[in-house]
Amino acid sequence: MMIRRRLAPLADGVLPVAATVAMFIALACVFLWVPNERMQGPVQRIFYFHVNAAWEAFAGFGVAAAASCLFLWRGRAEFDRLAHAAVEVGMLFCTMVLVSGPIWARPIWGTWWTWDPRLTMTLILWTIYAVYLVLRAMAQDDPQIARYAAVLAIVGVLDVPLIMVSVRLWRGMHPSVITAPSGTGAGIQDSRMIATLIVAFVAFLLLFLWLLWRRYEDLRLRDELHALEDEIGALDASAARAAR
Amino acid sequence: MRSLWPILRKDLLLEMRTREALASLVMLVVLILLTFTFALDPDGARGAAPAVLWVTLIFAGLLGVQRTFLVERESGAWYGLLLAPVDRGAIFAAKLVANLVVLAIADVVLILLLGLVLGVPVAASPVELLLVNGLGLIGFSALATLFAAISVRLRARELLLPLLVLPLLVPVVICAVEASRIVLSGGPAASAGVWLRVLATFDVIVTVAGWMLFEQLVLE
Amino acid sequence: MSVVEAESLGKAFGRTRVLRDVTLRVDAGETLVLFGPNGAGKSTLLRLCATIYAPTAGSLRLFGSLEREASTRRRIGVVSHQSFLYPDLSASENLAFYARLYALPEPERIAAEWLTRVGLAGTGTRPVRAFSRGMEQRLALARALLHAPDLLLLDEPWSALDAAAADLLSDLLVTSHADGRTVIVATHDFERGLAIADRAMILHDGRVAWQATRTAGELGAFHEAYRRITGAVAA
Repeated sequence: MMIRRRLAPLADGVLPVAATVAMFIALACVFLWVPNERMQGPVQRIFYFHVNAAWEAFAGFGVAAAASCLFLWRGRAEFDRLAHAAVEVGMLFCTMVLVSGPIWARPIWGTWWTWDPRLTMTLILWTIYAVYLVLRAMAQDDPQIARYAAVLAIVGVLDVPLIMVSVRLWRGMHPSVITAPSGTGAGIQDSRMIATLIVAFVAFLLLFLWLLWRRYEDLRLRDELHALEDEIGALDASAARAAR
Repeated sequence: MRSLWPILRKDLLLEMRTREALASLVMLVVLILLTFTFALDPDGARGAAPAVLWVTLIFAGLLGVQRTFLVERESGAWYGLLLAPVDRGAIFAAKLVANLVVLAIADVVLILLLGLVLGVPVAASPVELLLVNGLGLIGFSALATLFAAISVRLRARELLLPLLVLPLLVPVVICAVEASRIVLSGGPAASAGVWLRVLATFDVIVTVAGWMLFEQLVLE
Repeated sequence: MSVVEAESLGKAFGRTRVLRDVTLRVDAGETLVLFGPNGAGKSTLLRLCATIYAPTAGSLRLFGSLEREASTRRRIGVVSHQSFLYPDLSASENLAFYARLYALPEPERIAAEWLTRVGLAGTGTRPVRAFSRGMEQRLALARALLHAPDLLLLDEPWSALDAAAADLLSDLLVTSHADGRTVIVATHDFERGLAIADRAMILHDGRVAWQATRTAGELGAFHEAYRRITGAVAA
């Protein structure tokens, strides 16, 4: 509670401005300043957003797992809200990864989708956290939902390394027709490319923090509103009783 | 651990009395296998035997595991369990094993059918096949039992359980199918080793996590 | 020593607050009877004492401890309107299961003993599904008492009982009291409830609205108090 109050002016005042400015600078860098990658041409520019979206997706799911552990341990609603908000924001970025990936893959690999381990992994992650949000939506009124969701987030994170290993091994068994380049970042040699990547990283981090903050605040305000409604209801009831 | 046994014993006794879970699970396994055979042709089903084996088990299992929790609800016996001086993790473990026993019987029936009806060489290396099936089923039971404890308490339980389980089950699906493929094609057992190691790791992690987290799911 | 010690105890389910600001002490050997209309919070208070619910506000000490370890739960027995029995198991299998769950020695012998005590000796092998409501409830009494709990919690115990079972329950409660057992009962049955109460309490809207003790001779004011508290809503 105390932390939130101290953070609020900073988060509400600085984050939106900083994130917007940084994002415009990043866009300018990506579209106007950074040179074309020699082999892939202009389509490689999507990489600056694609990779950063992936990092923020992982950040979101990581924050969700940590907050879920804290919630089960301390039982405070703040941690539950943080986990919920982090999954929502993580899902947004994960969706961006899944959309921007194929847009890049079509001209470079000649296909929208391939069962490359990293793509497969991202898709599975997306389904795990989509189910997390489905669970929360379906059981909104269940008083235990926060605990259920926390257990799902924790088991999900424990499962991630195992999914990663098995998907790797699985693709090792079925070599795909398309041989993936040794990493999407293979073409980075130019210092301007590195600078652009760093600028985009900062922009995405700020965007992530801002969205996380906003979603957290929305969830907090929703809870507060419910509490106020209940209080009004109780007051009405006792006033009606007194009137008789 | 000590309290695991009375609960498991009671669950198995209940199952022997009613035979509801086992009978319906075996029927389901037979019917799903039949559906695969029609859809893939007998030859196709034989070729895809590892996939048929695990998809059949997983889907039949998903419909069966909630029963172990539903029997507790009929007369509020669930509260009797929670009230008793037993570790809640032991309740999870007992339910896990009860599900595992029923699934294992259905699994044996399924393997026999694959061998007898579709001519899959299940007897080529039976010990290895049982090892693969054992490790795969433990992982499935652990994950499905943990999330069945959640889904039975929600309205859309039949729908929610597969949603909760299937994404997290990916390692079991991949490793169990690949290991079964190797074992059924008579390949060297050692080449299945890596898949079995991942399966065993999954089993340990999910079982321990379930034991520790289960208490959080039963608190009200 | 206090067996139950609640301090500003509250319980909410999501947004619904069922119990608020309940402070009470129940001493060892005391029989507390909770009255109140439906939804007053009686069952919730009992389930909090039974460790089935966790408090959402305030604190609840059981046998002096805030923890809910197995050793605390072992000392509690619960009779509710649900029997906690498995319909597909026989009466003696049900009792033997609970005896094993409480790690009692010779579960089969204990089951047989209790079947006799609750007058079901001849029916031990029949599945509970075939029992009448009264028989099932008698079996539930045996199930709740076989581990000799120090604290006995009863939720509407008389509501489902036939005459014979109600007498049996009253006998068991008298014995319990003589044994120094602490008892908390929630009921709508004024007559039977007041007959055994050392202390009576009226819950209303999740709060303690009235309480009185037998030793202070205040129980006579119960009916008047109950009408005053609950009648205001009904009017």
